[in-house]
Amino acid sequence: MSRFLKVAAVASAAVLALTACGGGDDSSSSGSSGGSTVSDADVTAALEKGGTLTVWAWEPTLKDVVTKFQEKYPNVKVDLVNAGTGDKQYTALQNAIAAGKGVPDVGQIEYYALPQFAIGKALTDLKSYGAESLKADFNPGPWNSVNSGGGVYGLPMDSGPMALYYNKEVFDKYKIEVPKTWTEYLEAARKLHKADPKAYITNDTGDAGLTTSLIWQAGGKPYTVDGTNVTINFTDAGSQEFVKVWQALISEKLLAPVSSWSDGWFQGIGNGSIATVATGAWMPANFVTSAPAGSGKWRAAELPQWTAGANASAENGGSALSVMDKGANKELAYGFLKFANDGDGVQIRVDGGAFPATSKTLADPAWLADEFEYFGGQKANEIFAKSAQQVVTGWSYLPFQVYSNSVFNDTAGKAYVSNTTLADGLKAWQDQSAKYGNEQGFTVK
Amino acid sequence: MAVPQVAAPPPATRRVRRSYQGWKFVGPFMIVFALVFLAPIVYAIYLSLYRNRLIGGNAFVGLDNYTQALQDAQFWSGVGRVGLFLVVQVPIMLFLALLVALALDSGRLYGKSFFRVSIFLPYAVPAVVAALMWGFIYGSQFGLVGSINDALGISLPDPLKPSLILASIGNITTWQFVGYNMLIFYSALQVVPKSLYESAAIDGAGQVRIIRSIKLPAIRGALVIATIFSIIGSFQLFNEPAILRNLAPNAITTFFTPNYYAYSLTFSGQQINYSAAIAVVMAVITMIVAYVVQLRGTKDL
Repeated sequence: MSRFLKVAAVASAAVLALTACGGGDDSSSSGSSGGSTVSDADVTAALEKGGTLTVWAWEPTLKDVVTKFQEKYPNVKVDLVNAGTGDKQYTALQNAIAAGKGVPDVGQIEYYALPQFAIGKALTDLKSYGAESLKADFNPGPWNSVNSGGGVYGLPMDSGPMALYYNKEVFDKYKIEVPKTWTEYLEAARKLHKADPKAYITNDTGDAGLTTSLIWQAGGKPYTVDGTNVTINFTDAGSQEFVKVWQALISEKLLAPVSSWSDGWFQGIGNGSIATVATGAWMPANFVTSAPAGSGKWRAAELPQWTAGANASAENGGSALSVMDKGANKELAYGFLKFANDGDGVQIRVDGGAFPATSKTLADPAWLADEFEYFGGQKANEIFAKSAQQVVTGWSYLPFQVYSNSVFNDTAGKAYVSNTTLADGLKAWQDQSAKYGNEQGFTVK
Repeated sequence: MAVPQVAAPPPATRRVRRSYQGWKFVGPFMIVFALVFLAPIVYAIYLSLYRNRLIGGNAFVGLDNYTQALQDAQFWSGVGRVGLFLVVQVPIMLFLALLVALALDSGRLYGKSFFRVSIFLPYAVPAVVAALMWGFIYGSQFGLVGSINDALGISLPDPLKPSLILASIGNITTWQFVGYNMLIFYSALQVVPKSLYESAAIDGAGQVRIIRSIKLPAIRGALVIATIFSIIGSFQLFNEPAILRNLAPNAITTFFTPNYYAYSLTFSGQQINYSAAIAVVMAVITMIVAYVVQLRGTKDL
């Protein structure tokens, strides 16, 4: 048996070696950004000196940015990798960080996920790079989103100030006014569904992103984060506003039971059975490619208000580029961030159809005058720009929002398919999120 | 008997000079076996003894993850769900498969090979594609169910609502695996000597009697194997809920089946350690159930 034991020993040694790779999560490099500051001159010097950068991002317009960046700084070679969209990339990123190997220099991270990576010490605080001086270049919404726990953990790349997209043909046919408030929206929903039982004001099967965005717009602050002290509370006034209207939409069966991004959804957008979509300003490109049948029929409008006459908006989606803490060449990485999100890269991406996060673009007359064919030639950017300036300040996501959103349908989703009320559903969501937070070492109240 | 010319070597020496030639032959296999089969299991068990948290890092927690798993209502609701699935869907599927196999074997079916291939065909469809396809069929707004409702002016129950979703998933797996099980039964039936049927017929036995007394006992081994495969398959239910969740996010929870629960824990919450504990517990449960069925199935009547 001794030979067998040897084999077994080799095998278990191999296992130990594997686990050693996986478990080697020391914070040896996390001290490097503390204290010392990096000046613009250092960054410029790094760009001149050159090197190789690995960027993980799925944003399609970055391809042209990389080409132009390499033309401007011929010594730098950028390796742009699409490691998956959203969750898939985060999984790959978490694995790389845990393994301590293969971590990119720069990563694209959505605003809602940013606090989770920031608190996990995966991102570099760009304050020591002088990122705070760029505050005025960005819109308040996205700038607020890259600030987490007193640090700046990325530069905003795109943003999603919300708008209400509606099918004008359907609205005209049934003589429905574009709703100015959510109460009017509810009225419109009733009127439309009564006139045509196959038509719905919108679809919703429980969407954490939409729910949090609308509560955000209503002035709700269900999440407060102070270091590792977190509170979750869906009983504040803003959340209640949302619950009131949305409960009525659910109870009266005024929401199409179709999930967003499904084929049925795009069919409904195209054929008029889904009459409105409330979402971010990045949406038009998706309309064009996935619901071509609706072209010319749709328009954009300002988001309905929770209080008549108010001017409140919120963000839905959007992402930043961040410098990874385990990246090899941080000065160079920061140079790329500035080029892509604050410098020449912005115009390149706007030309490619992205929705920017920079205030300069939003004031650019040429950009504002863009006519959208899908919206019958409407100058929709004017509406989006206005929305971007009206985003309610002070919102924050949970430092474990990725997990929390994943259990939304387990908890709050019950309100859509059973007798559970939305208020109870949100309470269950709150409890489940709090349980996870406490297990993960936060103090959640 | 001749007197032995050569004295036998002392037994003690023979024991010491044991030959290890055999290990050299099985060595390559043992290495691959250890790396590919044993190492992942050992690694999963190793992982399940730790807890890595967002705040506070990685720590050895002993059997804490297992105690948590045993008290986890979500986990047990998933186990209960696949248990129910097992008790209802597997008998239906195996009965249908047996019926088809016996029909094909009876030799009285016209177009035998056509039926054999067409019933087996769903098994050749990749599970993900099958789930997507049935997702389109089940859609009560834009799918086939919706179209039928429109065309006939009726209102069929939504197959994707919480109370029907498990039955709808059972329908997909039955559709997919009847052919596979049919093939196992059919090939077992092919081995039964035809002369037995002839002598039974001479003794005056009818078809039903032949099935009960000859065919079923003859393919009992195949029945047990198919049952065990189906039990394991039920406990591993993953594809169908994972795909249909996009269409029915509120009916299929993140803990719908134990496998899907382990997946959600790992990829949404980075609870890799707890997920490993769930996987180990589930493996043990599956082994116990499969073993009990095997013991009962092979016991002499």
